[in-house]
Amino acid sequence: MSALLEAFDVHAYYGSTHVLHGVSFAIAPGGITALLGANGAGKTTTLRALCGMVDTRGDIRFDGRPIGRRGTEDIVRCGIAHVPEGRGTFSGLTVEENLRLGAYTRKDKARVAEDLERVFGYFPRLYERRRQQAGTLSGGEQQMLAIARALMMRPRLLLLDEPSFGLAPLVVDVIFGILRTINREQQVAMLLVEQNAARALDIADHAYLLETGRVVMSGTAGAIRSDESIRRSYLGY
Amino acid sequence: MEAFLQQVLTGLSTGGIYASVALAVVMIYKATHHVNFAQGEMAMFSTYIAWQLMAWGLPYWGAFFLTIAISFVGGVVIERTIIRPFERQDAVLAVVTVFIGILLVLNSLAGWIWEYTIKVFPSPFPAGAVFGGLVSGHQLGLLGVTLAMLLLVYVFFRYTPLGLAMRAAAENPESSRLVGIRVSRMLALGWGLAGAIGAVAGMMVAPIVFLEPNMMLSILIYGFAGALLGGIDNPWGAVTGGFAVGVLENLMGAYVVGTDLKLTVALAVIVGVLLIKPSGLFGRTVVKRV
Amino acid sequence: MNTLLKSEAVAAGLPARAAPRERRWPLIGLAALLAAACLLPFFISNYRTFQFTLVLVNAIALLGINILTGYNGQISLGHGAFYALGAYTTAILIDQLGVPYWLTVPIAGAVCLVAGFLFGLPALRLHGLYLALATLALGVATPQLLKYKGIEEYTGGVQGIVILKPEAPFGLPLNPDQRLYFFSLTIMVLLFALARNLLRGRVGRAIVAIRDHPIAADAMGINSAMYKSLTFGVSAMYTGIAGALAAIAVQFVAPDSFAIGLSFAFLFGSVIGGIYSISGALYGALFLQFVPHLSEGISKAAPQAIFGVFLILFMFVMPAGIAGFVRLVSARAALRRRAGAQPAKGG
Repeated sequence: MSALLEAFDVHAYYGSTHVLHGVSFAIAPGGITALLGANGAGKTTTLRALCGMVDTRGDIRFDGRPIGRRGTEDIVRCGIAHVPEGRGTFSGLTVEENLRLGAYTRKDKARVAEDLERVFGYFPRLYERRRQQAGTLSGGEQQMLAIARALMMRPRLLLLDEPSFGLAPLVVDVIFGILRTINREQQVAMLLVEQNAARALDIADHAYLLETGRVVMSGTAGAIRSDESIRRSYLGY
Repeated sequence: MEAFLQQVLTGLSTGGIYASVALAVVMIYKATHHVNFAQGEMAMFSTYIAWQLMAWGLPYWGAFFLTIAISFVGGVVIERTIIRPFERQDAVLAVVTVFIGILLVLNSLAGWIWEYTIKVFPSPFPAGAVFGGLVSGHQLGLLGVTLAMLLLVYVFFRYTPLGLAMRAAAENPESSRLVGIRVSRMLALGWGLAGAIGAVAGMMVAPIVFLEPNMMLSILIYGFAGALLGGIDNPWGAVTGGFAVGVLENLMGAYVVGTDLKLTVALAVIVGVLLIKPSGLFGRTVVKRV
Repeated sequence: MNTLLKSEAVAAGLPARAAPRERRWPLIGLAALLAAACLLPFFISNYRTFQFTLVLVNAIALLGINILTGYNGQISLGHGAFYALGAYTTAILIDQLGVPYWLTVPIAGAVCLVAGFLFGLPALRLHGLYLALATLALGVATPQLLKYKGIEEYTGGVQGIVILKPEAPFGLPLNPDQRLYFFSLTIMVLLFALARNLLRGRVGRAIVAIRDHPIAADAMGINSAMYKSLTFGVSAMYTGIAGALAAIAVQFVAPDSFAIGLSFAFLFGSVIGGIYSISGALYGALFLQFVPHLSEGISKAAPQAIFGVFLILFMFVMPAGIAGFVRLVSARAALRRRAGAQPAKGG
């Protein structure tokens, strides 16, 4: 089975600071992959490197085609949606406008209307607030909005940067449940960056562990979850 | 009572000028979140281009629309060459300095090419007075054109995907890229449209105040006052604000401070709005949850 | 929101600590410059002396801008208003109250200090572009304010006020142009020294902190509001004193000399000279005085065009202005000297 996304020996730099040191991983189509690690391990940087948001060297291929050299706007048009750290919602625009922006690059008007309905189905709270300014939503609602907007792009791969951050456990449950549903119903592959390793391993198939910009461990989620020594030394539980 | 009405009407007609300039200011603000200090000079320069085209034999409307096209391109070029390198920075001083630089260059270029003597600029509207002598044909025409532009701008931003993308690009460039919006193109487009709107404003203003390089700076200040008063992100607000400033300026000039201090009224409006309600009467305060 | 190009500002605002022997060089240079300045009037014509007096005056005005915008990050496009205030205060005091010219200068300074502070208070609520906008409006409105019929009996309306040249103090063997030159020079040196002391010390660090990290500055206990308003006041004072001296030198004040072009010229001079430094004020002043004269021959529009083009160019190439460039060059030279003086590191 050929991978949806492959990264070979990726290095990333913030200015002159070398942050990722030869990271390699692969994501299967329709699978959920977790990217774990402590603060500062380089997880967010990895996602940003995939989207062309940082200075990157190395080989990144989506569907076999190289995307490493291209700009963010072009990379996302290939079918990758990124829900960034801090959600990145357009606070001055309404919820509905945020969602429509997700569909900005799409040409299939009828399917867009369909998708909008489906997304409101996943997140009824967003439908209630669809005419409200996005900046007035709560943290959990903004996270839902960010995910919903990404879904409006009909991506083949969804990158999620710390979706549980700052949210109450119940809200996180809801969101992760929806992610699992989306993955099942729409075969959207996901690369999930999380500090909350337990949650991530619950829904992931595969996991990679990053430490100071290097992949130190990889395997199926099940294997990593059941290996006590790995859990204790790297995941803290 | 009739004198008062006369003052109000005169105020509304000058307000029309301010409203159209305010509209161009709002256009760039919505597209780039910048206040374009060079807007007036761009409008003035466009008007000179129109004048030159007519001097070369083009009929009025031919020159009118060609100038709009040229001004659109001019706006895009200015954005691409001069503003672009400062796009990614937060440095307000650099941006302001560059705007003032553009202002000075356009002003002196116009003076050098066409000299500082006052020129007459024709109006496409009938010259005679309408409504029993209260307004002239041109003032009414100006009003109509301003409102038409306003409608176009409003519809563009509110109901078209491109308008939405432009607003998004101005507000959050990074997130905009993540949904596939080519942010640089949006900024260039915004400048192009502002150039075009400015050209129309200039060509409407010139028949009244006569064409010379310094015709726009004080009008620009009034335009800013109007845009701020109405809400710098709101086209309706800007136009309303422009009219309000026109009427206010006239009434204050007639009854309170004398005609000499009218610019001070604009200054007071600007400072007052910024202090009391920076988002203007109709602008939206953006709520950001920290 | 940062109002300035951080890296340039940081590089310009924090000079490296040089070795004791090296610190002597700038002082020697300064003394030499001062000596040259004192000797200058005796070797050039009266007209040139007058021009250099205006250079000194401009330097004081630009220093006001540098303090406010370069060090404290508040953008003012309306400082022509304070220049005018200082000029008119002096003119009115001399013309109508017979105050001796040298006394009018500190009075004008005090008036502008208060006016600047009062303007700075509401300006606290305006940031970046909006402050620039409000001050632009102030600058544009200034000639109109000066022509206001209500105060015409004091201001002379459109015609302005004519001042007689000051009398000789102590019967020194100097002609009026030279007297004025030395008077301005003295004031300039005092004001520059004052600025240097303020800006290199705790006050300077505080206002730079306010510029770069306003929230952190507040958290550290710096009273931002007070500092910002006071900085506005001090900046207005400097520019106002410059206006007063200019009025005495030119012997004439009229509303149209204080149009918005003046505020733009100040911005230009500061940016070209180097807005983050004290010495930048002097470089900028030289530019302001001599470049328009040289270019006016080309065409009436040329000086303004040059202003505009240079403003844009410098933002691209030299945001820290000539002073920044000089600092860069001398820092590199110092590094080379130090590397030459030390033995090469063992391999």
